[in-house]
Amino acid sequence: MFESRIASPFAGESDAIASLGPIGRAVLRCREADIGSISDKLGIALPRAACRSESNGPSSALWLGPDEWLLLHADLQDDWVSRLAAHLEGELCSLVDVSHRQVALAVQGARAAEILASGCALDLSPRAFPVGMCTRTMFARAEVVLWRTGSMSFHLDVWRSFARYVEALLREAESEN
Amino acid sequence: MLIIPCPYCGERPELEFSYGGQAHIDRPLAPSDLSDEEWNSYLYVRANPKGRHAERWRHIHGCARFFNAVRDTRTDHILATYKVGEPEPEIPA
Ligand SMILES: [Zn+2]
Repeated sequence: MFESRIASPFAGESDAIASLGPIGRAVLRCREADIGSISDKLGIALPRAACRSESNGPSSALWLGPDEWLLLHADLQDDWVSRLAAHLEGELCSLVDVSHRQVALAVQGARAAEILASGCALDLSPRAFPVGMCTRTMFARAEVVLWRTGSMSFHLDVWRSFARYVEALLREAESEN
Repeated sequence: MLIIPCPYCGERPELEFSYGGQAHIDRPLAPSDLSDEEWNSYLYVRANPKGRHAERWRHIHGCARFFNAVRDTRTDHILATYKVGEPEPEIPA
């Protein structure tokens, strides 16, 4: 349903760089002392370790800062964030629906890390950036959230207005041999 | 590019950070009790050492947290980083 209503900003598709379609996103912020009880109510353990993620079925929690997480849901549902908020009734925290602020690309295949390295200064070797690691960082001049979902696959979340810019640079890197 | 160790995230490239000026400057508890000279000093007067300088940085394109760093202004070497609220570490010469 949503697919037909929300225009994708991306220009193309390829094996290595593909749109992940509409997904649910929320930013959760809370105090360290409340991480345990909020995790219980969300049904997902908010990672306490820096730059790590946890997944439970279609839901994932990505550590962005010591009191800040990006919650993702694999398919976009209108009432997902309001249902989360209902679960968190009585907790002192902030939960903001940012589903439409960002769009996501999958960068995948044997050259995934090499393509990303064209615009990202982080060491993307599996030892320095293992599966499950996630972080805000820069891709060229755009801030992104980079999440390694497999040994050769990355999820890249980017603000909607920077999507074409990031995509064009990734495709240029993809075209170089 | 400088590699800066964020106290939360570890070593990260300089382009993820922004600079926040001299560290350990406390806002006066009662600003209206200050003389113009004291207020001027609080707002504008900063150390400008040739050598070690404790300063605020923010990992703005990473964990987004502020932290403090001791940097040698002659070499740009970052000698230590530490969380806000922690004392400036003693570093042997
Ligand atoms: Zn950091």
